[in-house]
Amino acid sequence: MNRHLISAGDLTRADALLILDTADELAQTATRPIKKLPTLRGRTVVNLFFEDSTRTRISFEAAAKRLSADVINFSAKGSSVAKGESLKDTALTLEAMGADAVVIRHGASGAPHRLAGWVRGSVVNAGDGSHEHPTQALLDAFTMRRRLGRLDGLRVTIVGDILHSRVARSNVLLLSTLGAEVTLVGPPTLIPVAVGAWPCSVSYDLDAALPKSDVVMMLRVQQERMNAAYFPSVREYSRRYGLDGTRMAMLPGHAVVMHPGPMNRGVEIAADVADSARSTIVEQVANGVSVRMAVLYLLLGGSEARS
Amino acid sequence: MHAAHQEDRDPGSGDGAPGSARAGSYQAGSPSAGSREAKGSGAEGSRAAGRTVFEPAEIGRAVTRIAHEILERTNGAGDVVLLGIPTRGVPLAHRLAGRIEEVEGHPVPAGSLDITMYRDDLRLRPARALGHTAVPASGIDGKIVVLVDDVLYSGRTVRAALDALGDIGRPRAVQLAVLVDRGHRELPIRPDYVGKNLPTSQRQIIRVLLTEVDGEDAVLLSDSSGAPGGDRAGR
Repeated sequence: MNRHLISAGDLTRADALLILDTADELAQTATRPIKKLPTLRGRTVVNLFFEDSTRTRISFEAAAKRLSADVINFSAKGSSVAKGESLKDTALTLEAMGADAVVIRHGASGAPHRLAGWVRGSVVNAGDGSHEHPTQALLDAFTMRRRLGRLDGLRVTIVGDILHSRVARSNVLLLSTLGAEVTLVGPPTLIPVAVGAWPCSVSYDLDAALPKSDVVMMLRVQQERMNAAYFPSVREYSRRYGLDGTRMAMLPGHAVVMHPGPMNRGVEIAADVADSARSTIVEQVANGVSVRMAVLYLLLGGSEARS
Repeated sequence: MHAAHQEDRDPGSGDGAPGSARAGSYQAGSPSAGSREAKGSGAEGSRAAGRTVFEPAEIGRAVTRIAHEILERTNGAGDVVLLGIPTRGVPLAHRLAGRIEEVEGHPVPAGSLDITMYRDDLRLRPARALGHTAVPASGIDGKIVVLVDDVLYSGRTVRAALDALGDIGRPRAVQLAVLVDRGHRELPIRPDYVGKNLPTSQRQIIRVLLTEVDGEDAVLLSDSSGAPGGDRAGR
């Protein structure tokens, strides 16, 4: 394992499987009367969030606390960032406070990579712009493996706003490492130009892709990152690329429906689909804690002197 | 499992553990040399390098005797839960459960308890993969838990296991069964059931082989130079 987790593409197959296997063991602790392990006692994890987040921040906080680490939460709102402090100065402040790991979410792609050059501790990317969100990809892979028993040869269809999605990119990189076949589906305007270089296939027709999918992952349309009109209307988008009950019926019997959240019910996913037995959405949140525990343990649990 | 004893020795060698002072300083000079050496030679895997101190039949007899002792000491093993410490404590726990069932006719729950997250030497090496924990469905509250391990050495593994147990439940009593007790304790811990007491020097390496893990049953004793390897990476 590297000292940092910046990109899902940095993980080898062995690294990724080690994280998933470790998460499998750690998931057991969630069912015990005492859901805490003493492993990271005395270590400090800083959650550095420059963008809004509910589940990722809480998930990292819960993961660190279950491993007995001290957690410092930092959100840009109400901090010196509002007074114009730079990322580097913020990082050096955290460094001086003795952070062993910094979990960072930032609106700018590449911010975690820059941060890794400034601090001595481990840096974990919790989402940078429209670049990557590796722990989300890990928890998605973990959820697929738990539900379907394998990842090798699994057909995964990722649907929606691929262009602005860090989740899609991380999933494509991780899932291809783990042997799954990924198909991206969305309106041509929301597929990145460079997608030809990604290890996946692309389709514009959701109805054709569904019967051939073991997993279908719906993505939110990220209005906040859009500076132009990418489709005529929300209603038209929903008609062509939203997952409703009729479309869900086209899936094979064993297939599961995933969503990284937050979801817009009625846009990319219908309420009855989100609440159906095929949906793993709530499971994904629970699995997120186990996977992030595994990542924090593997980055921080061992010796500090690493080559 | 054997790796644990290697690792256990490293922190201990510094703080004046019992045993030959010369051996201690030899180890202290290069704290992790011993285990690295063992790891390095793992590929050879030749058991010729070690002297057999325990034949398969002796291991079988020891397990049978411990099973009978557990039955005597716990009045028929009615509330006993056997928990093996990975790697090689787990098959031993299941063997004991099998023997007890043969004798008494009722099954005894057996499982495994991984102690990696509770180790006191985690920060001395890179993060390691976790073993599997499987606590029987009956739980451990109010039960007599018998911890099972292959080799008892510094006692640090058992201390970690006691901490781990405390987070899972509250047993009525905890007992300890080991196949080999090689001495050199660094903590106030003693076994309740011992397959064989094997006086060793700290420089020597004890290696337990079990059919379930290694394809054969044996206990080997060798000097740390040119020691046989085995799957150190597991722990």
